[in-house]
Amino acid sequence: MKKLAKTLSCGLLAALMVLSIAGCGSKASTTGSTSAAASASGEEVTLNALFMKQAGYSEDDVNAMTADFMAANPGIKVNVTFVAYEELEPKILTSAQSGGYDVVLGDCIWPAQFAKAGLVLDVTDRMADLDTSDIYEGALDSTKYEGRYYGIPWLNDVKYMFCNTAMLAQAGINTVPTTWDELVADAKILKDQGIVEYPIAACYAQAECLICDYTCISGAFGGSFVDADNNPTLNSPENVAALDFMYQTVADGLTNPKSLEMIEDDVLSTFTAGNAAFALNWTYMNASMNDEAASSVAGQAVIAPIPGTDKAVSATVNGGMPLMITAGSKHPDEAWAYMSFLASKDTQSKYCADALPIWKSLYSDPAVIAAGGEDVVNASNTQYQYIVNRPQVAYYNELSTEMQTELQNVLLGKTTAQAALDGLQAQAEELAKG
Amino acid sequence: MKLQKSEGRYAAALISPALIVVFGIIVAPILATLVYSVVNNNMLSSQYGQFMGLHFYIKALTSGDFWPDLGRTLYYTIFSTVIETFGGLLIALLLNEKFPGVKFLRGIIIIPWAIPTVVNGSLWKLIFNGEYGVLNAILTKLHLFATYQSWLGDPKTAMNVVIAADAWKMTPLAVIFFLAALQGFDRATYEAAMVDGASVFRRFFSLTLPNLKPTILIIVVMRTVEKFKAFDIFYLMTRGGPADATKTLMYDTYLEAFTNLNYSDAATYAYLIALIVALLTLLYVNIMKRGDEE
Repeated sequence: MKKLAKTLSCGLLAALMVLSIAGCGSKASTTGSTSAAASASGEEVTLNALFMKQAGYSEDDVNAMTADFMAANPGIKVNVTFVAYEELEPKILTSAQSGGYDVVLGDCIWPAQFAKAGLVLDVTDRMADLDTSDIYEGALDSTKYEGRYYGIPWLNDVKYMFCNTAMLAQAGINTVPTTWDELVADAKILKDQGIVEYPIAACYAQAECLICDYTCISGAFGGSFVDADNNPTLNSPENVAALDFMYQTVADGLTNPKSLEMIEDDVLSTFTAGNAAFALNWTYMNASMNDEAASSVAGQAVIAPIPGTDKAVSATVNGGMPLMITAGSKHPDEAWAYMSFLASKDTQSKYCADALPIWKSLYSDPAVIAAGGEDVVNASNTQYQYIVNRPQVAYYNELSTEMQTELQNVLLGKTTAQAALDGLQAQAEELAKG
Repeated sequence: MKLQKSEGRYAAALISPALIVVFGIIVAPILATLVYSVVNNNMLSSQYGQFMGLHFYIKALTSGDFWPDLGRTLYYTIFSTVIETFGGLLIALLLNEKFPGVKFLRGIIIIPWAIPTVVNGSLWKLIFNGEYGVLNAILTKLHLFATYQSWLGDPKTAMNVVIAADAWKMTPLAVIFFLAALQGFDRATYEAAMVDGASVFRRFFSLTLPNLKPTILIIVVMRTVEKFKAFDIFYLMTRGGPADATKTLMYDTYLEAFTNLNYSDAATYAYLIALIVALLTLLYVNIMKRGDEE
């Protein structure tokens, strides 16, 4: 009996350990059964859609857009679920093949992986309905994998430079830096004059935000993580120079050493507390830093394009989020109708106060400029011309995890940029083999 | 006594719902995970669906990640379990005494344990924040440090910070266990020992500690198992960083499954963790049994 109890207790322990892994389904076809639109036959179709709680369009906006869609399509009912960003991916992974959600919002670094894993549908043929030439190329490319589209770009976002011009003025500097050399020179002046101890705040925590910042700086140095054929080029001289540059600003005390524990919200807090003069962050920081109730630098800072070098005028990272149809969706036609409605020019121009449109032509629309804010729209118009996508390869997420560790090792001074990137190049080549 | 046929059928009918539930939520996932660990279920692999035998186990054990992950997991497990057990014992001994306000203290001691890990992790992340954390404010005001420290951004301190956060939350559980055991002790034995002139230390080592042995073992077993599976507090506070300084086996399992879509690698890690925990549990049970025999 004792033996049985012991065996059972060990079995239960094992069960607890493995429960979290089981249930992650198997591959499905991505061709997508283009079922006849049930709504057309008069039968009501119910769609389930998954969105993110924070950043970009508010829940009220998404609910209002959805209500507009349902009013225009009486045969389709849409249930909307909002979760935190961190919950999006696990929810998609565990429900995509069963069709628990028909339409899902995902990060722009996921379509390639989801496409290869058979979790989302190929929508290339459906994209013919859209005027893709009017969509910013960087945003559009993020939904592409091996020449096919797997979603519509929807939530448009890139990183910008935020600059405390009041601090610069105090040091007698009257222009916002347009190159990284200028930014470093300004940062040194600010530090030497004691205006701010650490002029630069950066998201260098072991998280995706570190890769986002590195993408911006590497792009400005003329580097990229893959070539035109998606072959890894991580240890290119440009990438090494960019990483050396990042390390040097930390070593020189220009970048806050606590950046190694900072994600975007920490950078925002540091900047709005007046403890940094420069920061890279997403669009949402503009509203937060100008909120007098929460920011001590309201009205003292500006949003501007990220600096460049003699190799590139500027470079930013795409942080957009596309809408995708899950492989298990029973109603792909209705799902497409819903997501193309959300991404349409009419909808995006109506709800552009919290997220700017994907459509180039809307950036000259006075209503969009007024709602989005002239400073943001102007910065965006320039910045969107220099979008860099993180590699659209299926193994990107695994590579990113490895990169985060190695980049931190460099920033901590535990290894050199060249050694770290050589190692990452070898790993990327191995991952690329599948 | 043999059951009648009809009674046997009746018993089977009664037990079958429980069996179905147990099979559905425990046995089936265990078997599915075992299959995942020997058949390639890595969603991006060109060998998807192929039987791989022990390939994933060999790959895990020879990878550059497994053993450092195990080392960090053991460090976290050992130190936090020791702190919680000793801390819990000391607090329980204090709360077992009679002094004004002891009932109030016994009541509030449970509060940290009642706080969800999500809240606890976020709370301590803010307290230890290198830029505006209250701990840094206190330490600099007391002139113990000249500048704010990056507790979570330094590989040398990050794991200890997570251990501190976990110990704050989980020590009360040990306190409750110890207090329950202490309250059940026969006071007459202690009074007799005092009459015989036994000092407070003598009473502790000769009477209290031997009687607490089963409780200590229960706490150590329970906490070791829980520590090995710890994921949420790392996800909330450090995400395995800085530079992998807090990446544990369970965190790597999560990364393999939900970031890399390598379900076979994750299933293998899960089985290896379960195996290590089962071995540790058997070890503890044997120690406990040997103690009983003595």
